[in-house]
Amino acid sequence: MSRHSARADAVSVPHAGRPGLAWAIPGVLFFLVFAAAPMVLVGYLSFTDWDGLGSPSWIGFDNWSRLWNDDGMRNAVWLSVLLTLCTWAVQTPIALLLGVWAAGRQRYRAVLSAIFFLPLLASSVALALLWRTLFDPNLGLAADVAEWFDLETADLLGSSRGAFIAIVFVASWQFVPFHTLIYQGGARQIPRSLYDAASIDGAGTVRQFFSITLPQLRNTVITSSVLMVVGALTYFDTVLILTNGGPGDATRILPFLMYEEGFRTFELGYASAIAATLVVIATGVSLLLVRLTGFTRMQSTREGL
Amino acid sequence: MTQTQAGTVAERRPATPPGTPAGRPARGPGRRLPRGNYPAGFAALLWLAVVVIPLYVLVISTLQDRASYLENGPLSLPTSPSLDSYQRVLEGEFPRYLLNTLVVTVSCAAIAVVLSVTVAYTVVRNRSAISRRTFQLFLLGLAIPSQAVIIPIYWLITELQMYDTLMAVILPTAAFSLPVSVLILVGTMRDIDEELYESMALDGASQTRILLQLVVPMSRAGISTVGVFAALGAWNGFLFPLILTQSQENRVLTLGLYDYIGEYRADIPALLSAVVLSIVPIFTAYLFARRQLINGLMGVGGR
Repeated sequence: MSRHSARADAVSVPHAGRPGLAWAIPGVLFFLVFAAAPMVLVGYLSFTDWDGLGSPSWIGFDNWSRLWNDDGMRNAVWLSVLLTLCTWAVQTPIALLLGVWAAGRQRYRAVLSAIFFLPLLASSVALALLWRTLFDPNLGLAADVAEWFDLETADLLGSSRGAFIAIVFVASWQFVPFHTLIYQGGARQIPRSLYDAASIDGAGTVRQFFSITLPQLRNTVITSSVLMVVGALTYFDTVLILTNGGPGDATRILPFLMYEEGFRTFELGYASAIAATLVVIATGVSLLLVRLTGFTRMQSTREGL
Repeated sequence: MTQTQAGTVAERRPATPPGTPAGRPARGPGRRLPRGNYPAGFAALLWLAVVVIPLYVLVISTLQDRASYLENGPLSLPTSPSLDSYQRVLEGEFPRYLLNTLVVTVSCAAIAVVLSVTVAYTVVRNRSAISRRTFQLFLLGLAIPSQAVIIPIYWLITELQMYDTLMAVILPTAAFSLPVSVLILVGTMRDIDEELYESMALDGASQTRILLQLVVPMSRAGISTVGVFAALGAWNGFLFPLILTQSQENRVLTLGLYDYIGEYRADIPALLSAVVLSIVPIFTAYLFARRQLINGLMGVGGR
């Protein structure tokens, strides 16, 4: 709450220009129909058998017991978890370092930040196409790189591990700018006085980073991490275009498995069970992260200032 | 909301780096001048290369002709640079895809702005429990991944007889941009001074007049951020068009690009030209709407 509204609470004239709830109805209805209701419906559909043409027929827990025993599902969950961890571990240090660096107000930092930002503007489809071309073992940049470093093969996407690494790399390349901006915003709000006091006490840059910048950015780290986790669980465009889930099932992550079951083999009931699992995992992980780090207590990182 | 206030305070701060990260130790106590931060600077240069090299290869490849790309690879400078590959793309279906994307983008931005302004206005100004719940509903919506609900949406759209229309793409895309839009606008509108509302109410202004003559002008920054975000999301959206449209006449750019993989299998310069052409409009818009985009994103980190 801002200072304004805190004060306003004390002196406001009752009903002075207060809109009725009717104003919100169009927006709320629209949101309920196209976003909230589908959340509920996906649960319902996961108990049905549906090929996408007729109407769904209730089959009880069949989809769920099949899901529980599906090796493809286990593989997909494992890959999604691994992808989440890897993209987090790659993006966080880079974004943190770049974001704090970019928070400086020098002109050249602003210019470089504007360039860093570019990948974020393009669609995942456009970027995945670009990287698909670059990774081409015969014609792409990969061929040149393999030659320079005398690598055995230039076919990164041809091996299971290589394809997975490629997904992590492309996703990070695309989303580091977003998280850099978040960290930049966070770092700019750290009071200058903290650094001044620390320098007077003789703390060096490294010391200042670990004793001031990092603790002050705690909430920013949580925000960015939650967004990364939810983001990583939903990479789909990149996988579809870059590897198509392959080679074999090496990059068949949860949303991709759902797409295949739903819109390639048209088992939409079973695909709904996968989608529902996706929702549960995404919500669960975010809540866990928020709970573990004490974000809900809404402690201010500026306490005692 | 404190984030916007702190943001403006930050703008007025002198031009010194607030957080110089991991770097060399200070040479002595009491150094208060901004230091160069070589390790972070080096990392930034390294990242610059990682970002710029692929983009350079992208652009340079489009200037080659098919044969020389196959022969010399992506890194070589084209011997006779030409824009032929762009011409090949533009003569195809690309303009139609572009037009469809424009329709989707403008509609989504308009829907998102109109609906989120009215919702945020109610949330901020109507103090009832229901309006609080409404806000919580939209906050929950932030966490819904679109993949998770694509199957029910497909069901809904087919039941509404809208499958394979641009409307099928516009409606869910706009709905999914609402949570962020409401969040941004609630933040902006909370900063409008209570006294302004009161004086307008004393003048006997109607709700509509208060909204149009006070709230909208005072939240212009937030509204343009909302518009820019909704537009960007719609422009780059892929999953909804992929599942909810089919025919070529309703194809948007992202889906068109996906299709080009097959069509331009042997014509990499044309494929990459299409990629460039799909990005150019956003890059141009970025030059004009940079502030809205960046401030909106940076605000996320300032909680």
